[in-house]
Amino acid sequence: MLEIRNLHASVGGKEILRGIDLTVNAGEVHAVMGPNGSGKSTLAHVLAGRETYVVTAGEVVYEGKDLLAMSPEDRAREGIFLAFQYPVEIPGVSTTYFLKAGVNAIRKHRGLEELDAIEFLAMVKEKMKLVEMDQALINRPLNEGFSGGEKKRNEIFQMGVLDPKLAILDETDSGLDIDALKIVANGVNAFRSPARAMLVITHYQRLLNYIIPDFVHVIFDGRIVKSGGKALALELEEKGYDWLKPEADLAQHTIA
Amino acid sequence: MSNQSKTIEALANQEYKYGFVTDIETDSAPRGLNEDIIRLISSKKNEPPFMLEWRLKAYRHWVKMEKSEGEPKWANVKYPPIDYQNIIYYSAPKQKADGPKSLDEVDPKLLETFEKLGISLSEQKRLSGIAVDAVFDSVSVATTFKEKLSELGIIFCAFSEAVENHPELVQKYLGSVVPYTDNFFATLNSAVFTDGSFCYIPKGVRCPMELSTYFRINQADTGQFERTLIIADEGSYVSYLEGCTAPMRDTNQLHAAVVELIALDNAQIKYSTIQNWYPGDKEGKGGIYNFVTKRGKCLGKNSKISWTQVETGSAITWKYPSCILQGENSIGEFYSVALTNNYQQADTGTKMIHLGKNTRSTIISKGISAGHGQNTYRGLVKMQKGATGARNYSQCDSLLLGDKCGAHTFPYLEVNNSTSQVEHEASTSKIGEDQLFYCKQRGISAEDAVNMIVNGFCKTVLRELPMEFAVEAQKLLGVSLEGSVG
Repeated sequence: MLEIRNLHASVGGKEILRGIDLTVNAGEVHAVMGPNGSGKSTLAHVLAGRETYVVTAGEVVYEGKDLLAMSPEDRAREGIFLAFQYPVEIPGVSTTYFLKAGVNAIRKHRGLEELDAIEFLAMVKEKMKLVEMDQALINRPLNEGFSGGEKKRNEIFQMGVLDPKLAILDETDSGLDIDALKIVANGVNAFRSPARAMLVITHYQRLLNYIIPDFVHVIFDGRIVKSGGKALALELEEKGYDWLKPEADLAQHTIA
Repeated sequence: MSNQSKTIEALANQEYKYGFVTDIETDSAPRGLNEDIIRLISSKKNEPPFMLEWRLKAYRHWVKMEKSEGEPKWANVKYPPIDYQNIIYYSAPKQKADGPKSLDEVDPKLLETFEKLGISLSEQKRLSGIAVDAVFDSVSVATTFKEKLSELGIIFCAFSEAVENHPELVQKYLGSVVPYTDNFFATLNSAVFTDGSFCYIPKGVRCPMELSTYFRINQADTGQFERTLIIADEGSYVSYLEGCTAPMRDTNQLHAAVVELIALDNAQIKYSTIQNWYPGDKEGKGGIYNFVTKRGKCLGKNSKISWTQVETGSAITWKYPSCILQGENSIGEFYSVALTNNYQQADTGTKMIHLGKNTRSTIISKGISAGHGQNTYRGLVKMQKGATGARNYSQCDSLLLGDKCGAHTFPYLEVNNSTSQVEHEASTSKIGEDQLFYCKQRGISAEDAVNMIVNGFCKTVLRELPMEFAVEAQKLLGVSLEGSVG
């Protein structure tokens, strides 16, 4: 589904991604871990098409298409979803209204008829159960005055409504207490399917107690320095990230 | 330049779809302004002597003003000097000497013009309960639903008709809220105003339909000087709407209107404006100078006047719809959305003058600046000595799109009564790159995202508009921002 080859990206002239290689197939859940500033979130944003990040080398093929040539909105319409680490607020625009605009833009792109308000609300009702979203919350202006947990739940709720093929979760666990974490994880698990792939970006192992990944990758200094199964996450939990540092340095020297 | 500003940059290619000109024979006065022109206007309108005298007093006062301080200089707008001798002060489509008796006699070209603007003057065709007075250049060409309204005792007609048929009401209230000495443009209007709408709601009557006036400037080099007078007698209610458009021309045209509202005991007037005069082109050439004085007087106790405006048009907007809260417990409200794009300038706001006890006022102002637009909020809240227990709440928010536009806020507070309360909140925000990206990541195009954010920003004002207008206003905001996002 997704093939990333030698991806380099920088922001403000500073190189953050320095040669990422990663293949994700449908049905797989990949966890991407790494210390702060290693490039995890940059990878998420580059895949979603954020203009503040400049891709300097490499390629990304998504469903046989050149992903980097697509606009952010087209990527979304083609089924890429990013759950934001810091969801933004839009005053005066309710979550429902916002999502209806998104759903219909995506449907239009795929040649489907737009949903009217009644059809849309019926669909939304189903998805609300997924993350125990309540009606009052989705009628409020988008993320305005939401608690940290509410914002994250809202992200997963939006994922459910927009029904993406590739979901990228950018530190969805950060700032969540254990109850909220469970709700979010349950939502994500309910959403797993053989047709869908997920890229779960996280700093801590604890999220992976609830969302069991098929693969774990460790990013260090803009490169994937180690990949493995879910056991790797536990190893990281135990040893921290420092023991990977030499491998990162080595990787750098090999290329240089 | 960042992607963000490039996106916003592109916001400037808006299309103005009301820019056509109607080719119609007109009866116009020669250019320029002098006492003869004023006598000509007055005689064209068969006015009683009190009107001519009032006009002349205003004219003489205006001449003095022009010689001394001239136009008001305090507004945050820039424009080249206006040559008042090069304006045509009266222009009317040619018609039978005594004017059309019914719609069948109105020149089909005029009906077609309004039809094209989406204003059907044929009552049979109108589905919604809106009565319309259509003003074309200097005259009112048709008023719909007149008979139906008169069954309830409601008078809704062209101003000139009111002067003829209800001179006692006109004489009593004309200039009672905006005196002819008020300000440069109101004084000019008092001297040369040609038509407008007049409305009287009798005691205890709730007007069953929205009343509206549609203003159209057509003739080149004319000024439009209309005057609206609305009187809501005790215990009555009326909701009134006005809309306006003009052809696209590369010269500026002056529109200096005056609106006076009077609410007696327990009466309520809701006045909504959607102002869409031609704003000029992308380089700022042409467009209407919209220099307007609007004021309401809550004369009676428990009366209420509420102004709602959506200002998207005009090269320059200079207007401050205000309330004089004289009656005890009277209420004044001002809800405003002002959008400036390209090289548009707006200096708009309100004045809430609290005279009576326990009077209350609310001001909600939303300014949106895009392109090179300059948007200024200017408001005065004045608590006079007698305004015991009076309260005001003001909120002024500005939204900036791009980095070449400006937002300015000048709130003036004058409190002379220690029991009164005044609150003021203000905010300035930009449509952030993060907001746009968030929307795009959900599949929403940049243009739709900007519309959505702008509409969300204006929501508290838009919901004050009557239903049909609210939808219209949302679309208009979209059109006015069209092309602002790539």
